[in-house]
Amino acid sequence: MRAVILPELGPAIEKAVVSFWFFKEGDQVKENEDLVELTTDKAAFNIPSPCNGILVEIFFREGDTVQVGEVLANIQELPEDK
Amino acid sequence: MEIINLDLIDYQDAYQIQRERLSQIKKGKQKECIFLCRHYPVITVGRKGSFLNIKVTREFLNHKKIKIIETDRGGDVTYHGPGQIMIYPIVFLRRFSNNLHTYFRLLEEIALKTLCDFKINANRREGLTGVWVGIQKICSIGIKVSSGISMHGLAINVKDNDLENFSLIRPCGLDIKMTSIETEIKEKVNFEDIFFSLKRSINLCVL
Repeated sequence: MRAVILPELGPAIEKAVVSFWFFKEGDQVKENEDLVELTTDKAAFNIPSPCNGILVEIFFREGDTVQVGEVLANIQELPEDK
Repeated sequence: MEIINLDLIDYQDAYQIQRERLSQIKKGKQKECIFLCRHYPVITVGRKGSFLNIKVTREFLNHKKIKIIETDRGGDVTYHGPGQIMIYPIVFLRRFSNNLHTYFRLLEEIALKTLCDFKINANRREGLTGVWVGIQKICSIGIKVSSGISMHGLAINVKDNDLENFSLIRPCGLDIKMTSIETEIKEKVNFEDIFFSLKRSINLCVL
């Protein structure tokens, strides 16, 4: 299982708000595909999937505030297509 | 870094050009670049934006030929017009260690250097991204990052005759006054001089 974590964004930026998910639980996702959009005061940014897999759990919904370092979702890894 | 001047262009057309460039950079088919341009009058509502920060009706804005556009940049409501210069870097955020704070300070630095060229003593304000002259705002910032590449950027108010439209909104959702280069130096400036200064500022900031 791979965790999708809200990364460090810089000093004084400790949290972000979920705008929307590009996928729902159970969807298959590819490495580097945008998973979720979050916003801070002046930035909107997408977080990509760290691997190919199934988006098994989403822990924050639209409008929720996420702290840096928190797990946004879990992805069950799948072997890469040959 | 390639700097491309799109001159006076509709907001949505410039948006499409940015998206296309971002897509090409993502595929490795194009290099990063910076677009400079000006827009026809438009009020844009960012991801954090509220239509409550627009103080007049749509009918009134239609009458004044000011469009309203919901856009995917961060931030709240702002106004763009031909009296403003827009700087849209389409660049990898990894240049700045994927650090939004570092990138915002660099965007501010570009504006500060150019304002300095025009003998304007501008400043940052703690916790309020953007560039200010005292407590009046002269440069606004908002970005969108997808696939690790940033688009949108910053707007610097240049002309004094384009400031009144800010009174139609609460810029950035705040009760603030906006100022411009011409307002501050009390003389007319032309955009060629602004472009010249900006190119130098961008190079100095190693973008």
